[in-house]
Amino acid sequence: MKGGLAGVPQSRRILSIWLPALAMDHWRMLVRDQNDALDAGPLVLICDTAHGPRIEAVNRAGAAVGARKGMMLADARTLCPEIATAPSDPAGDLAFLEQLAIWAQRWGPWSALDAPDGLLVDVTSVPHLFGGEKRLLDDVHAAFSRRSISLRAAIAPTAGSAWALAHYGPPGAIVDCHDDIERALASLPVAALRLDQDVLTVLRRLGLKRMEEISTIGRDAIQRRFRNRKSPAANPLIRLDQLLGRVPEPLLPVIPQQMPLVQRRLMEPIRHRQLLDQVVADLAKDMARELEGKGQGARRLELGLWRVDGEVVVRRLEMAAATRDPDHIVRLFASRLDDVDAGFGIEMLRLRVSWAEPLALEQGNIEASAEAHGTSLAACIDRLTVRLGAKAVSRPVPYASHIPERAQRWQPPLEPEAASQGQFAFHARPLKLLDNPEKIAVLYATPDGYPQRFRWRGSVHEVARVEGPERIAPEWWRERGAARLRDYYRIEDGEGRRYWIYRLGIIGDGRGGAPDWYLQGLCA
Amino acid sequence: MPNPDIHPLPFAAFEDVAALSARRSARWRPGLASRQGLALHNELFASSCDGAGGAAALALALDDWRNLPVEDVAETQDRRSILWVQTREAARRTGRPYRAGLPADMQARIIYVLAEKAEDALFALEEGLRCRDLAFVVGEIAGNPKALDFTASRRLTLTGEKHGVPLFLVRIDAERDLSSARMRWEVASAPSPASAWNPQAPGIPRWQTELFRARSHAPGHWMLAEENGQLLVSGEQEEVDEALANWAAGLRFRHPPRRA
Repeated sequence: MKGGLAGVPQSRRILSIWLPALAMDHWRMLVRDQNDALDAGPLVLICDTAHGPRIEAVNRAGAAVGARKGMMLADARTLCPEIATAPSDPAGDLAFLEQLAIWAQRWGPWSALDAPDGLLVDVTSVPHLFGGEKRLLDDVHAAFSRRSISLRAAIAPTAGSAWALAHYGPPGAIVDCHDDIERALASLPVAALRLDQDVLTVLRRLGLKRMEEISTIGRDAIQRRFRNRKSPAANPLIRLDQLLGRVPEPLLPVIPQQMPLVQRRLMEPIRHRQLLDQVVADLAKDMARELEGKGQGARRLELGLWRVDGEVVVRRLEMAAATRDPDHIVRLFASRLDDVDAGFGIEMLRLRVSWAEPLALEQGNIEASAEAHGTSLAACIDRLTVRLGAKAVSRPVPYASHIPERAQRWQPPLEPEAASQGQFAFHARPLKLLDNPEKIAVLYATPDGYPQRFRWRGSVHEVARVEGPERIAPEWWRERGAARLRDYYRIEDGEGRRYWIYRLGIIGDGRGGAPDWYLQGLCA
Repeated sequence: MPNPDIHPLPFAAFEDVAALSARRSARWRPGLASRQGLALHNELFASSCDGAGGAAALALALDDWRNLPVEDVAETQDRRSILWVQTREAARRTGRPYRAGLPADMQARIIYVLAEKAEDALFALEEGLRCRDLAFVVGEIAGNPKALDFTASRRLTLTGEKHGVPLFLVRIDAERDLSSARMRWEVASAPSPASAWNPQAPGIPRWQTELFRARSHAPGHWMLAEENGQLLVSGEQEEVDEALANWAAGLRFRHPPRRA
């Protein structure tokens, strides 16, 4: 059997809940106190058919006097003339079942409807939260009985087996693994296979009454007889395989959906069209935000206007395609609001999307918004980097070094700055630093050592003022031993141009000949 | 309630008052941003032999930025960056900005763009002017590249006016060609005043500046100096030459002056 289970996880656990008296319980819940007397006697819920009223549900007293589901009311009346009736509400029952399905997600991550009166909950790897599967079933029973809904529940590895146990098995049945399914279900009637009534009739005529008896006549015989029945409900073999987990059985989970709704309560009732348009525009904007959060667009919109005197005006709008453009919505509503009679004023507006469709989030138009509001710094740097290259855009950051050109490094502009030691306030540094210090020819040096007249880029400069020297020794931990020290001078020439020059080395340091002069920076 | 005692002033007196006020408001001076807003597109012509161009551009930009009216600046501290764009040729001639030499509160804000060509530099300048997170943009372009024609400068003016980001474009070793810049300066270094502590040393930076074309100001010469983050005018020319007087007289028939 294990071979047949390929692809089906061993650990799948399905909780099946059968609500045998759902219609009756729902009716009782709706009428609550007023009709206790009615419920005490025999009561049936009826629906009208072409041949007269037919019984849809029966209460306990009704069943005791012989009324059954599917009986005509006239037949039941002959058995018990004093039988009371109430109209049944199949649509309401289904809606109630949907609510129950969502409520049942307290026991598992998803649940499915098993219409008309059952629920399936996937409790795979959940039971330990309730203290085991038995405790989980107890919890289910307790929760439903608090709402006075009768039920039968079972847990099994497949939906089919759980359903069979819930309907026909012992109360609170639990099947642990796939191997146990066949044994646990052996004594159940064939109706536990979820088959159509005519198929059940055929099986009964064949003499197959219990599940175990199906295997006695052999698979081939059944296969031959039902060879042209493709639907699972008409073919006992497919149902049997589903029940045993040999073929997968897809279930449709219930997903709760809330319709987006926005509303405005107004402090003062509005009576004028201009204000109304303003409020509708606000609502449309709110709705657009709401829909965008859900990734949806509206196909149908309902605008309700609550008037002070108790009237409600509703305007409905349908769109050809899903949209959440507030301007579009406002424009469409504008023509529908022309004939609204405000009366004494409108005090509340509510906009609801009763039909929404998925609408992918759209990329906003970056170009247009950049034109209007300017770009952010990150966007600006992205644009620059894309066109000019990553190296072209940078930011100077300090670096722990005494050598001026080494004390500054370049890093990508938005990266955080590494912590660094502050610079000395008495160090006057130039505003601009040349990439490569340029050699200057000293024409006349003063006895103090700095040049009185020098030539740089072909023109002669007379030094008028000078400050220095600031001696910067070579960094022996980074440089070779032959590196020479630098004596920096801040100078101003006769025309007021300020430079930063240095002499590389001193005479007699034993690291080369006569020292050269360089111009490295341009001061402000 | 109208007061019958006040007679209308003679028309001539009005003319004089108008001329005087126009002349006063027309004259450029530091700190004007507090009254007239930022000067958005400025060009500074400078030589590559000194650092006056970049330094004066930064000083003028900071003067405008510091003197902005309070309501224009956000309640919190203005932490916007500044963009400094250079062509490679300009960087070769006048060097790159050196962080330790910048004003202290600007050191962490500077974002530097090195463009290979003038076209790239113009692109970077325009992108910078579009960015709302920049306090101002400084550009340095060497020579008179073909890409920097009147159309290009008009583009920069319009972009800057649209987004309100000032541009200070330093033209290094350039001719005074056609441009739509609202204020055009000629800048050169000037001998600094004596330093308070060391008479031998260079003092605070000082520049000889000439505003030779401006949209809403009279042209003129100033000696600008910067000390402790304040732009000082020293040796202001008191005499008003003939051209200025004529220019100011013409202003009376125009709308109130607007910058940029």
